[in-house]
Amino acid sequence: MTVAATEWDEERRSMTASSEIAVEITGMNKWFGEFHVLRDINLTVYRGERIVVCGPSGSGKSTLIRCINALESHQTGSIVVEGTALSSDIKNIDRIRSEVGMCFQHFNLFPHLSVLENCTLAPIWVRREPKKDAEDRAQYFLDRVKIGDQALKYPGQLSGGQQQRVAIARSLCMQPRIMLFDEPTSALDPEMIKEVLDVMVDLVETGMTMMVVTHEMGFARQVAHRVIFMDEGQIVEQNEPETFFNNPQSDRTKLFLSQILSH
Amino acid sequence: MKERLSVAFVAERQIPPAPPPAKTGGVVGWLRENLFSGIFNTVATLLSFAFVAYVLASVVPWLFLDSVWNASSLQECRKIDDGACLAVINERFLQFVFGFYPDGLRWRPVLAFALMFIAIWPALFASAPRKLLIFTGLYPLLAYWLIWGGSFWGPVGVLAGPVLGWACVRWLPGLMRGWLDERLVFLAAVGVGLLATVLWWLFGVTVFDDTLSAVLAVDLDSVESARLGGFLLSTIIGVSGIVGSLPVGIVLALGRQSNLLIIKACCVGFIEFIRGVPLITLLFVAWLLLAYFLPPGTEFDLILRVVIMVTAFASAYMAEVIRGGLAALPVGQYEAADSLGLDYWKSMQLIILPQALKVSIPGIVNTFIGLFKDTTLVIVIGLLDPVGLLQPIRADQNWNGIVWELYGFIALFFFIFCFAMSRYSMHLERNLDVGHR
Ligand SMILES: Nc1ncnc2c1ncn2[C@@H]1O[C@H](COP(=O)(O)OP(=O)(O)OP(=O)(O)O)[C@@H](O)[C@H]1O
Ligand SMILES: [Mg+2]
Repeated sequence: MTVAATEWDEERRSMTASSEIAVEITGMNKWFGEFHVLRDINLTVYRGERIVVCGPSGSGKSTLIRCINALESHQTGSIVVEGTALSSDIKNIDRIRSEVGMCFQHFNLFPHLSVLENCTLAPIWVRREPKKDAEDRAQYFLDRVKIGDQALKYPGQLSGGQQQRVAIARSLCMQPRIMLFDEPTSALDPEMIKEVLDVMVDLVETGMTMMVVTHEMGFARQVAHRVIFMDEGQIVEQNEPETFFNNPQSDRTKLFLSQILSH
Repeated sequence: MKERLSVAFVAERQIPPAPPPAKTGGVVGWLRENLFSGIFNTVATLLSFAFVAYVLASVVPWLFLDSVWNASSLQECRKIDDGACLAVINERFLQFVFGFYPDGLRWRPVLAFALMFIAIWPALFASAPRKLLIFTGLYPLLAYWLIWGGSFWGPVGVLAGPVLGWACVRWLPGLMRGWLDERLVFLAAVGVGLLATVLWWLFGVTVFDDTLSAVLAVDLDSVESARLGGFLLSTIIGVSGIVGSLPVGIVLALGRQSNLLIIKACCVGFIEFIRGVPLITLLFVAWLLLAYFLPPGTEFDLILRVVIMVTAFASAYMAEVIRGGLAALPVGQYEAADSLGLDYWKSMQLIILPQALKVSIPGIVNTFIGLFKDTTLVIVIGLLDPVGLLQPIRADQNWNGIVWELYGFIALFFFIFCFAMSRYSMHLERNLDVGHR
């Protein structure tokens, strides 16, 4: 579902993100062995805010968003997600993970389960919902990502774009408060990229808090409240998309943008 | 003249889909394609046919046409005809099956064997009624009671142990919550549960059995382990080993991946030790050494000891097979499970193990088959499995000198079991194969 750009601008102005905090990262550092991969990260994400993270390969974008649902553990500093501080307590971590949905570059669907089972598994086993309710909701979200008629197929029988849409539906079935996307379209062919981006744009209308690592600058311009540029483990620049793209401040950002927009 | 062929091209019409071509030429076509396609293939086919014909020409008359089923000694056989002397199998069949199990009680192992198929049905085929799994869970004790006899309350008492342990884990945390650190509560409950189970087995079961027997005695004539033999013995050891080694192997494989150093070290130590020692050595340990270590007076059945050793042996191999399956899964599967908020046990049970076990099916069945054939090694500690029964038969005046018929018969028994397992695993792999990946 694409909307004309002017309409979007209107809406974006009206939908300023709320002042409630969804994720707060303060003074966070992370090392892989000796390698200092994230350096003094400070970032506040407000409820309903949509943030696009970009930067050159190896700059730590994936690592940053994987820290938010504790797929990676950080060493110093703090991360607070929806009021719960990420500590090493497993119960805490599992709770945060069930509040935070995540979509991966390679979809990571469960190949031994049907599309519907992929979507109902976590609601049934983590949220302990009755099977019927979980299935109804799964069907709703599958319809919403326009793949409801494939519910009984297995992931191996779907195209990449379809698989990614199922992955999004699977995350949504947990009714998360925050959605993280790690390059959801970079393993896809151009034709499929659009169908996945459409689904993400559709998701935007629900007011979901989103953090998206992507190189789709069109998407960033269209929906982001804020664009964050990372390089060498550091947040180098962040700004509204308009200013970020038209008037980048730092040299590294300019270089990156010139490279990425030149083709 | 026509205009020149050019590179540019636009399709003039859309080609409609057509059905695939039918298989060419029935039987003859198949033969030509598979057996006689080219000189080399034709020669190979002819040679193979010649070989098969040669073998059949000598085996069929020997085994079927000229064989003797009724005779009381090898000499008599030879007088009647010059084929296989199957009379020995005819005469000793029941001994091959039951060993020295008392005559009048042989219906019991037969019943246990028949019930075994009902018990494994729901475990093997998803189409079976799920309720049968309860029977599957109770079957081991039922089979034990049927085969060894004794008081019915003995096995029931043994079963009560884990139930007691489970009850501790279920309800103790609620009682302890007030005065113990939250994280310790569960561990403490598990500890108490394990302890209670072991203590119950050591001391409670006898009392339980005696008390209930006094009220209502349900007894079968008991049969000593020494009387068990033949295929019955192979099947008991093989099936128990198979049933036990899979779960133990899974636990060991998961333990080997654990982040907790102690658990990991224990699992690695166990696996490496068991794999480093020949099975025969372990059987001797079961036979001789355990008797030293156990407190005097405790009765610990030899067959049970052998079953434990065989299970331990197979589960070490099983653990490595399953570890291979775990390693074959992409990390993304672990991450996806984690990111949905599944805890460790649930993600193992629902996501990781179903896939890892599926990948490992060929290796698992390999281990099962190896284990089943290894049961013949119990001969070295004096148990009379089918091979062990051969010695007395061949030493018998009447049957002295008979070889092929006996070994062939035993081979047939093992072949049927192993072939069935192999076919089942192929069926399972086909059934679990959903889409490409
Ligand atoms: N498990 C790991 N162990 C050691 N180093 C790692 C690990 N994961 C990532 N790294 C390193 O950390 C750095 C940041 O990785 P990260 O995956 O976050 O980059 P990225 O910005 O997502 O890059 P890309 O755009 O290629 O996905 C890289 O230099 C990478 O080599
Ligand atoms: Mg990345």
